[in-house]
Amino acid sequence: MTLEDFESNDPIAWCPGCGNFSILKALKQAFVELDKKPCDIVIVSGIGQAPKTPHYLRCNTFNGLHGRTLPVATGIKLANHELTVLAEGGDGDGYAEGGNHFLHAMRRNIDITYLVHNNQIYGLTKGQTSPTSGLGFVTKTAPLGTISPQLNPILLAIASDCSFVARGFAGEIEHLTGLIKDAILHKGFAFIDILQPCVSFNRVNTFKWYSDRVSPVDDGPEYDSSDRMAAFTKAQQWGDRIPIGIIYRQKRPTLDGQLSAIAGESLVTQKIDPASFSGIFETFR
Amino acid sequence: MAVDVTIRIAGQAGQGIQSISAIMGKIFTRHGFYVFINQDAESRIRGGHNFDQVRIKDGAVYAIRDKLDYLICLDENAVERDLPHLDQDGVMIYDGTKSEFKSDNPNYFSIPLEQIALKHGKSKIMVNSVATGATFALLGFDLQPLLARLIEEFSAKGIDIVERNKNSANAGYRYIQKNFKGVSADKIPPGSFSKKKMLLNGSQAMALGAICAGLKFYSGYPMSPSTPIMEFIASQANEYDIIFEQAEDEIAAINMVIGASFAGARAMTATSGGGFCLMVEAVGLAAMTETPAVIVVAQRSGPATGLPTRTEQGDLNFVMHAAQGEFSRAILAPGHAEQSFYLMAKAFNLADTYQTPVIVLGDQHLNDSYFTVDNLELDRISIDRGQIVFDDQLFSVKDYKRYALQESGISPRILPGQSQAVLYADSDEHTEEGHITESSDVRNRMVRKRMRKLEGLRNEMSTPLIYPSKKSDVVLLSWGSLYGASKEAVELLNRDGISAQMMHFSEIFPFTAAPFITKIKKKSKIFAVENNYSGQFTEFFTKETGLPVFRKILKYDGRPFSPQEIVSQVNERI
Repeated sequence: MTLEDFESNDPIAWCPGCGNFSILKALKQAFVELDKKPCDIVIVSGIGQAPKTPHYLRCNTFNGLHGRTLPVATGIKLANHELTVLAEGGDGDGYAEGGNHFLHAMRRNIDITYLVHNNQIYGLTKGQTSPTSGLGFVTKTAPLGTISPQLNPILLAIASDCSFVARGFAGEIEHLTGLIKDAILHKGFAFIDILQPCVSFNRVNTFKWYSDRVSPVDDGPEYDSSDRMAAFTKAQQWGDRIPIGIIYRQKRPTLDGQLSAIAGESLVTQKIDPASFSGIFETFR
Repeated sequence: MAVDVTIRIAGQAGQGIQSISAIMGKIFTRHGFYVFINQDAESRIRGGHNFDQVRIKDGAVYAIRDKLDYLICLDENAVERDLPHLDQDGVMIYDGTKSEFKSDNPNYFSIPLEQIALKHGKSKIMVNSVATGATFALLGFDLQPLLARLIEEFSAKGIDIVERNKNSANAGYRYIQKNFKGVSADKIPPGSFSKKKMLLNGSQAMALGAICAGLKFYSGYPMSPSTPIMEFIASQANEYDIIFEQAEDEIAAINMVIGASFAGARAMTATSGGGFCLMVEAVGLAAMTETPAVIVVAQRSGPATGLPTRTEQGDLNFVMHAAQGEFSRAILAPGHAEQSFYLMAKAFNLADTYQTPVIVLGDQHLNDSYFTVDNLELDRISIDRGQIVFDDQLFSVKDYKRYALQESGISPRILPGQSQAVLYADSDEHTEEGHITESSDVRNRMVRKRMRKLEGLRNEMSTPLIYPSKKSDVVLLSWGSLYGASKEAVELLNRDGISAQMMHFSEIFPFTAAPFITKIKKKSKIFAVENNYSGQFTEFFTKETGLPVFRKILKYDGRPFSPQEIVSQVNERI
């Protein structure tokens, strides 16, 4: 596979300079490096600027409702576990509207990859507060500054026993490509919170703001991503230094891996013969 | 001898009322009779006042009867509350040691149910088996089938439970024989034993229909009265390679269904009105992305939490109009268990063929009531997956367009991963390729494409059942679970010399294109019977046919209609 295999003819509708361009690039690059075929991938997206992403590359796409990416992606993966399934959305989509689904997808450990483009602001609706907007951050819906503290999705994910928790940055394309590859290869629910500058509505958390702060964490003598307590500590870092990389991962049975119905063929390829159901009536006789 | 016996078992939640009715239902079904059981339960697990009513007939039966032939009181409150419903010659069993009630009516049998239960069953909970044994004695029905059924029913719970139940039933039976010699009426003949017929409720029939139609994926969130559908599917999932996933909420449930269906599996969910409220946005999503989805809405009394365990037909307008914008959908509303089975299969075929949501409307009265069914025939189920295409059928793998414009409004769909082509599905307005667009031209074409499916669907809808076929002065118009009560009501009216027909709709929306109006007399008086306040179907019917309805007979207290109730309302207003 080459990058050309993932070219889409749909014209891009993002603002010039948007962080989403880099995420798109990293995503395509990851698919190429993993030698995935476009027809074997499904990206489910929600509503916002981030969810437009799958239109801009060639692969199966389900661009659904605001906040509902994870249930749709779960249904797809369970119906055809041979597919590489990703869900993609923004911070509003995933952490506000879809918060409950996020908790339960982590609990189920369904084998999909979840990319959240986190720009700490609502872009598509032109500049309202997000659950990840910083304290004091002024928006159209918080003219006096945001008074509720920002959600920490990394901490939430570790607490929810998510089996792969990472943070990426749109300004570090190569690093992000690596994270996306690791997430896709991970058996289980893999979550990447991607810091994504919004050039139109977030004048605080800019490319420079993030670039000055992000610092990669790598597994090694300094850090062990399988150590949950260490991960909790790492996840609380925000401000002068923001860790990016795999913060936490663990091996845990997946939902799809435990279902006898798809131990062999996927649901989609199983043949149905009404005659095979004759025994089902017996309990009613 | 004509058999038509109604037995009400009344008491508190947790006293095993439903286990008695199920045991009786199965025995009489196996002995050649037809049974209809309806449940009247409060939304609580213990206490309160509940009853099950078992009607046993020598011909098909689909409705309740107002007057009771037998009343079995499992607690003292039941005597006071249920006695007014007992027929003049009716028989009552009650525990005189637990009740102040006194009567010299020879048909009221005081039996120390609790003492017998404690002595022979070693527990108060065995009162239900004692009472069942006593009832069998009073009916003049053999004890052996009851004992055999108790073994079957409780064997999974161990030999001790089986023996205690058997001893209790036996003691109840003997108590009547010993203390009330000669009272046994020959109410129900022995019949002939056969395991051919089935006894099942509307929910079970719907679940069976779905499974036999190739259901592969179910996701849902429990909500009365739809929950038995999910429980039955969950119980069969392992055997039939179905994936069952209990969702975190109804929004997740329907979105999972849409995902599974998009990938190519037959998928469904079931809920009641409140849960459907949460699903509504995704009903539009299924329509916009042209993804098949089957949704059962088992109605209960609304709005909000309403009467959680009681019936109503109040959600027709809601499901007909649910979700923003305009799109094609189909709504089916089976009238009884057998029809529930076949209409579920039809729902899947329509959803697949038209790539759009299909709603099956049940209600507590249909979903919780048990019916004896002669047979369910698998060879009457055909599976039509609609236009699913593979690479050899594609003009071009590279230029495949998911929403290619077609006269029918239906575009051939590939399944992701089952083709070298890729597809884009979008909830935004989209081009034929599935990419987001704001073009007014494309918008117009796409709206028209999605709406054209309605015409195809209209031609798929069956005409109403008109029974009997002889043109009559009175027409009872009904839909869904009103099948049984209106059928019997027209039989009663005709018996009383009022010529009457029923016109029953089980395929509701879009309104059938086939002609049927000529089958009723032009000057007939149409009485519409509905379990709601405003007559929702009536208004729809009049709008579609131009036929005025003479009178509406409506009920919205959460209880089902009895045929007698309909008859008296017709008589009053004719």
